Amino acid sequence: MRTLNKRAQGALAAAMGLAFSVSALAADITGAGATFPYAVYTKWAEAYKSATGNQVNYQGIGSSGGVKQIKAKTVDFAGSDAPVPVADLEANHLVQVPTVMGGVTVVMNVPGFESGKLKLDGLTAADIFRGAITKWNDPAIARLNPGVKLPDLAITVAHRSDGSGTTYAFSHYLAKQSMAFRRDVGAGNTVNWPANGVGGKGNPGVAANVQKIKGAIGYVDIADAMKNNMNFVALKNRAGNFIVPNQQAVADAAAGADFHVKGMAPDLLDQSARNAWPITTATFILAYEQGDAAKQKGVVDFYTWSLNNGQKMAIELGFVPLPPNVVKMVEAEMKHIK
Amino acid sequence: MSEPSATAGIDLHARQVRKFRLQDRFFHHSTQVFAFVVLAALVGILVALSIEAWPSLKAFGPSFLWTNIWSVPDDQYGALAAIYGTVTTSVLALLIAVPISFGIALFLTETCPLWLRRPLGTAIELLAGIPSIVYGIWGLFVFAPLFADHIQPPLQALLGDVPIIGGWFSGPPIGIGILTASIVLALMVIPFIASVMRDVFETVPHVLKESAYGIGCTNWEVVRNVVLPYTRVGVIGGIMLGLGRALGETMAVTFVIGNANRINGSLFAPGTSIASTLANEFGEATPGLHIASLFALGLVLFVITFIVLAISRWLISRSMGAEGL
Repeated sequence: MRTLNKRAQGALAAAMGLAFSVSALAADITGAGATFPYAVYTKWAEAYKSATGNQVNYQGIGSSGGVKQIKAKTVDFAGSDAPVPVADLEANHLVQVPTVMGGVTVVMNVPGFESGKLKLDGLTAADIFRGAITKWNDPAIARLNPGVKLPDLAITVAHRSDGSGTTYAFSHYLAKQSMAFRRDVGAGNTVNWPANGVGGKGNPGVAANVQKIKGAIGYVDIADAMKNNMNFVALKNRAGNFIVPNQQAVADAAAGADFHVKGMAPDLLDQSARNAWPITTATFILAYEQGDAAKQKGVVDFYTWSLNNGQKMAIELGFVPLPPNVVKMVEAEMKHIK
Repeated sequence: MSEPSATAGIDLHARQVRKFRLQDRFFHHSTQVFAFVVLAALVGILVALSIEAWPSLKAFGPSFLWTNIWSVPDDQYGALAAIYGTVTTSVLALLIAVPISFGIALFLTETCPLWLRRPLGTAIELLAGIPSIVYGIWGLFVFAPLFADHIQPPLQALLGDVPIIGGWFSGPPIGIGILTASIVLALMVIPFIASVMRDVFETVPHVLKESAYGIGCTNWEVVRNVVLPYTRVGVIGGIMLGLGRALGETMAVTFVIGNANRINGSLFAPGTSIASTLANEFGEATPGLHIASLFALGLVLFVITFIVLAISRWLISRSMGAEGL
């Protein structure tokens, strides 16, 4: 399983970090937090080490763990999928910048339906994921898929069983579409899924459940969905177009957003660009405004290097790089890391 | 002139005795310290769990135990669904595992050809050493799809219309749920129970068995009237060991139980267990009542395990009393 593999790698990286710290290279830095961008951060760290000789350790312990660690001042930077509220940033003297973007995709296992051939809009998706629509041949789904024969098959909602940033983004998107979803299920890292739900651990767990259970619908991040060859649902965006998720559609969504806000975390959900993927999210790193000069410089150097050299690696891993204008803003924002 | 040498002998003897006594005392105290470390760890865990769980215990009181809500968005927590899942999967697992383990142990000790005993016994011990995550992955990727396609539909066709128990087999056959978790758990505890049973069956003196065979007993009569009464305590111990493992099993259950925080009358439906809820939610739990309630769940599991242990002690002492031991 990928998450486990990651854990093992994380542990290995931590052990190696320990070994290296004995030889005390001044610019060695340590980060911890979100697991979603773990693959891209470690890839960057590896490339950065071979380019500059400086060691960066990142441990994927989960977003809330990362935020806890940086507040406790035990790491040099933290990763978080859910943006930390501005008041919290100010109280703890933290700087927050986005690193890469991703999308949460809706995937399904309906016999006879290839990827992208089944269409849903936000409200219908919300009704499915709150358990109000329980059969695939429900009139609400049929209306969106005219001329297609839908099977008389029970819907199984595949969801995350662990608290996660993916659930955070997905539930916030559905809660925006439907008050009933907000009331019944809620929005957050862990929510109240309906009675026809099955929980899987991590994105790979949900992907496996969707692939094994006929009639299943679920949500996984775009990188995992592509890796597992999942069947996508085409989702209607704000402009009224049905979008099959891909990296370009995520980039289009981000291009229309205004990052000129404190904390650099504008709401990327349901953007109005013509081809925007509606469930687009960014992931963030957090650093101290002030601290040990060498460590602070280490964080800025690593991330600046990654912004300039790491975009291609991010794309290969299924992530979406920040738009060029946002990269400039991030570089300006990092001047606050002293 | 033998007197001085005699007192010298006594002196030497006394010194020797003193030395031995010191050694004994040292040995006694050092082993005592080791034993107390275990006790201290136990008490420490109990205290730490209680302190961390306190906000939740204060907010929900004893009703935490029988409230069937686990809602993170509403910050409302109750342990009933997790307790139900834990107890149901463990009991079902034992119902499956005990007869099979009993059969394995009997075959190995009574009727198995000698040359096959060692390899079979080793195989069972090896099964016990497989990490639980492997059972989980196997359960999710191999067993669950097979179960959904080839076992659940016939079970439903056979038993679905029977009153009362029909409800246990209702719902869509998705392959993941309470029953799947129970079967995977059963596979995991079989090696434990079987190897303990085999070991205790081997302690039955041959004289007893041979005498029984000598008066014309069949295999089954020997087992029922000689082997089982002689080994009752060990058999109970083995079953309880298996139950303890089933109650606390985390990863394998997390993979196949479906992780739904609710109680459903059907065994095909997804559920949750205490250990799997902890594994799922601890990493990203929000500070406050959520974390505290997870610790409270841990405390509940601790208490359940304690009760199981107490019951097994009671069963053992009762059966020992019955034998007049």
